[in-house]
Amino acid sequence: MTTLLLLVLLGPAGLAAVSLPFRRAAWTRWTPVAAAVVVLGSGVALVAGAHDAAVTALGGLLRADSLAAYLVCVVGAVALTATWGGIRPRATPDGWFSTLLCSFLATMVLALVADNLGVMWVALEATTITTAFLVGYGGGKRSLEAAWKYVVLGSVGVAIALLGIVLLYAATSAAGHPTLSWVELRTMGSVLDPDLTRLGVALAALGFATKAGLAPMHSWLPDAHSQAPSPVSALMSGVLLAVAFAGILRVKAISDAVLGESMMRGLLIAAGLLSLLVAALLLLTQRDYKRMLAYSSIEHMGIIAIGGAIGGPLAIGAVLLHILGHGLAKATLFVVAGRMLAFTGTSRIDDVSGLLGRAPKLAVPFLMGSAALLGFPPFGLFFSELAIIVAGWQAGLTWVVTAMVALLLLVFAGLGRHILAMTLTRHRGGEALLTDGYAGLLAAAGEVAEGAEAGKGAEPGKGALRRGKGAGGGEGAGLERGAGGGAGRLERVPRQ
Amino acid sequence: MLWPQAAAPESAAMAQALALTTGLLLLTAVLQLWRRSLSGSTSLLAIQGAALAGLVITVAIAEGAPELFAVALLVLALKAAIIPMLLHRTALKTGGTLETSHRVHPTAGLLWAALLTTVAFLAARPLVSASPGPLTKVAPVGLALVLLGFLVLLTRHQAVSQLVGFVILDNGIATVAFLTSGGVPLIVEIGVMIDVLFVVVILRVLASQMRSVFGATDLDDLTELRD
Repeated sequence: MTTLLLLVLLGPAGLAAVSLPFRRAAWTRWTPVAAAVVVLGSGVALVAGAHDAAVTALGGLLRADSLAAYLVCVVGAVALTATWGGIRPRATPDGWFSTLLCSFLATMVLALVADNLGVMWVALEATTITTAFLVGYGGGKRSLEAAWKYVVLGSVGVAIALLGIVLLYAATSAAGHPTLSWVELRTMGSVLDPDLTRLGVALAALGFATKAGLAPMHSWLPDAHSQAPSPVSALMSGVLLAVAFAGILRVKAISDAVLGESMMRGLLIAAGLLSLLVAALLLLTQRDYKRMLAYSSIEHMGIIAIGGAIGGPLAIGAVLLHILGHGLAKATLFVVAGRMLAFTGTSRIDDVSGLLGRAPKLAVPFLMGSAALLGFPPFGLFFSELAIIVAGWQAGLTWVVTAMVALLLLVFAGLGRHILAMTLTRHRGGEALLTDGYAGLLAAAGEVAEGAEAGKGAEPGKGALRRGKGAGGGEGAGLERGAGGGAGRLERVPRQ
Repeated sequence: MLWPQAAAPESAAMAQALALTTGLLLLTAVLQLWRRSLSGSTSLLAIQGAALAGLVITVAIAEGAPELFAVALLVLALKAAIIPMLLHRTALKTGGTLETSHRVHPTAGLLWAALLTTVAFLAARPLVSASPGPLTKVAPVGLALVLLGFLVLLTRHQAVSQLVGFVILDNGIATVAFLTSGGVPLIVEIGVMIDVLFVVVILRVLASQMRSVFGATDLDDLTELRD
């Protein structure tokens, strides 16, 4: 079991290293998928292994209890969706893309299995580092702006958590037993100075909330998630937020043991309801469908935060189910959104219409994923949201649950309106796009992808690129950079 | 008197070293608000890094922890040399040699600094009372550094200045860690330093990309993405 715990960490890290020297398309396309398989497989085995007692390695520095093992499975499952579905139809990613993607998976797993708040912090900050260039992969103005805001706001926010962790460490030092292991911190209880612990816990929760995309620390999220290439958006929205939330749950366990439940409950309810409110208001007026998906992630993190605040077996079980359901649905939607962007050439909601008639292969999965995201039965999110509402009633948090349901209705209205407008309406004005110069480029992009898929490598791509340039008259060079490069440039297509 | 209970002859020198290094840390952070030139700003950052390394040595002697000497060397290399040098070269390369921000007037900046330092000392009372001692007594300086780092981040427009703000923030957190518990465990310390170095390198690359795409590194140009 200890070997397994090391494998789940070293597997993706090793594949990241492999992607650098072996830059051939056959390798770089499959290393992220292989890393996802390793994480998912070992995660499932870890769940079985951690059922009775937590699996530990490296003298207790790594520790997979059932929560960590379950979340490792979620990371694997979402990563498999994102990498397998997201990378294939586009041009082959280069070595760096695959390396960063594999390292990203490794850092997320480390953040989950580290039984040391400091190491967990280092791993969470490392997720920012590994995704920074993935967000800015497009290389255009918008990608660059998103990447800058993401790194600055993300690092500064997470730095607040480091300050909190340092204060917690100071509290344990003052108590004569310096430790950062959250298991030990939880058992120290009343030995810790309550004022110092309160300050430390509040700062740590605030810092991790930045990474978890909870309002009011969410401002980087819509930019980064909408500008990143779709496999990366899928992973960031689907699991990175949940991994950061697992950090909040660890801090909550310490806080509950030392200070009682009321403190973290208050913080999480405030953050959860505020996230729902922000997401609801901005979803109603949203104009870009990738941003729409990003705001929907803030909404779901709000629900998860409220579930965490309620606590107890029912609510926590629902939160875990919600994390899985949201991760899979959101990853699918981002992958489909990436293909929609390649098909329509625009990420504006107003410019996409009648998709069900034009491209049923895109519209049907999009509608299914949206139904899951909106909480329709028989999808998992229906049951998890219901369970959180019931648990809230049972815990006597009636007004919180009522406010949550009211805001969810607003979200439902906003999302539903946009999704129906994109798929079920009559198609209007889209033909103009196909005669537009950039449509030639898009067709070329498709050919590049198909060429790459047929295993012909870069040669047909170059031919198609030249034709694309002839038709479109510029900006074609972006195609050479592959998936993200294409997406980043195509989004800035001037409308005619 | 910072070092009341110790009677050994070196205690006075220790108290002076502690006062000197923490005073230098605070002074270099406050002066950041006053300096406009980016190269001056990075020099101040190098002095601050050296002061932090000096603080680590002082703590190592006071606590009798020899492994902290190695940490001090790391701090000296990273925070007094490598990071300031990287920032200095970024400033030269991206062409932005002057911070043109007018959001906060230098004099107002100094007033803000005084206010934030007071706030830091008030907010750090639980920190001092948890384990009263000569080292924790000056730990609020770290919190003041964190707040001043935030102020720099909020009020500066140039990419390099924001990086400087981030490093000040990180120096503040390190100061709190060294003064309250002799530093976090070594593996975490090294991890944090590597992370900070990577963030600086990434932001440096992004800044030079911004220079070639936007023609400047003024962050007010970042207005494409909004709702």
